[in-house]
Amino acid sequence: MNEITSTYIQGIVLDEEDYCSFSDLCRVCGTSAEQIEEMIAEGIISPEGPNQAEWRFTLVSIHRVQTVARLHRDLRINMPGCALVLELLDELTTLRALKPGN
Amino acid sequence: MEYKDYYQILGIERDATADAIKQAYRKLARKYHPDVNKDKDAEARFKDIGEAYEVLKDPEKRSAYDRFGANWQNGEQFRPPPDWNAGGYEFRGSAPGDTQGFSDFFEALFGQTRGRGSYAGQSGQGFSMQGEDQQAAITISLEDAYHGAKQTLTLNRPEPDEQGRIFMRPQQLNLAIPKGIIAGQRIRLEGQGLPGHGGGAPGDLYLEIHFAPHHLFKAEKRTIHLQLPVTPWEAALGASITVPTLDGKVQLKIPPNSQNGRKLRLKGKGLSTQKTTGDQIVTLQVVLPEAQTEEQQAIYRSMAEKLAFNPRTDLGV
Repeated sequence: MNEITSTYIQGIVLDEEDYCSFSDLCRVCGTSAEQIEEMIAEGIISPEGPNQAEWRFTLVSIHRVQTVARLHRDLRINMPGCALVLELLDELTTLRALKPGN
Repeated sequence: MEYKDYYQILGIERDATADAIKQAYRKLARKYHPDVNKDKDAEARFKDIGEAYEVLKDPEKRSAYDRFGANWQNGEQFRPPPDWNAGGYEFRGSAPGDTQGFSDFFEALFGQTRGRGSYAGQSGQGFSMQGEDQQAAITISLEDAYHGAKQTLTLNRPEPDEQGRIFMRPQQLNLAIPKGIIAGQRIRLEGQGLPGHGGGAPGDLYLEIHFAPHHLFKAEKRTIHLQLPVTPWEAALGASITVPTLDGKVQLKIPPNSQNGRKLRLKGKGLSTQKTTGDQIVTLQVVLPEAQTEEQQAIYRSMAEKLAFNPRTDLGV
């Protein structure tokens, strides 16, 4: 075997099968614990686990939190507005996938 | 470098009021925000809009910019005058803003690129800033998604020059695509985003997965769909048919008396990970042979006589 030995970066897939902790979510997204708690209260993300110390979040939550942070920063949308935008974007994605020709 | 017509970018007149500038910016920012607008050029438009607003909202920057006059065209080759900055304008190190990724034109006129992130340094020791995250989309084949793959991508990546200014240059990135990834998912590559400042950690790179169209299959999340043409006798009598999957050819049993549109499941032949299984759904498409010859027509006539069949009973006719 003369395979060329290049290094291939193995990233992490932001899926619904793997989880991260509350502190990891804050660190990766660069958001404060208070902001995350606000997003939970708004139903944007939902932790699993009996109490805050044991909360865990699906990795897809990272994308949702980052999207909300960008919408808030760039368009000055408040948290309920961000929750609505995310719901509408989810619906748009579903409808686009159903469009003939896709 | 190319001249940027900030008034044209925001779609406003050169004598627009501060309120009109703000309104135009907000409207366009909502329209072209890359999280909302999935067009390929949305991100570039959004950056242009932000850059234009950064200049035109600030009376000092706007008046400096207006000194160039109204005769420049957007995209025209431009070089700042040698006495630029000598006219009492000093923008370097002005109020911090999110100017990372702004054009060379902006950088030449209004200051250096700054990173955005949390200040992590201790007082008295300067500060360090984490680099910004970067987003990109990559298109892969369904086969690569099914099996996993190793790919070399060319992405526009940030690179600092001697002055620490960031320029985007094409760079190759070797990426291992995990088995069972699905369209719309993102891969996080830690530390592959924009470089940090003052010793700050680099940001992360997020790659959004898109699938290239496939001539046979269509993916719906983890499910792979295939339309399978079958003959009327295969559908009526049942058959064992060779069908393509992303894993190669397999034998599929068609149960007798299958109707057009019947869906059959091939377990595990969709986009599967170690934890979740995806299936392939085969939808039968009964195709009728044409009755060209007398003998072929006789077969259909015989069916008409022997099969008491009215497909329109639901219509009441």
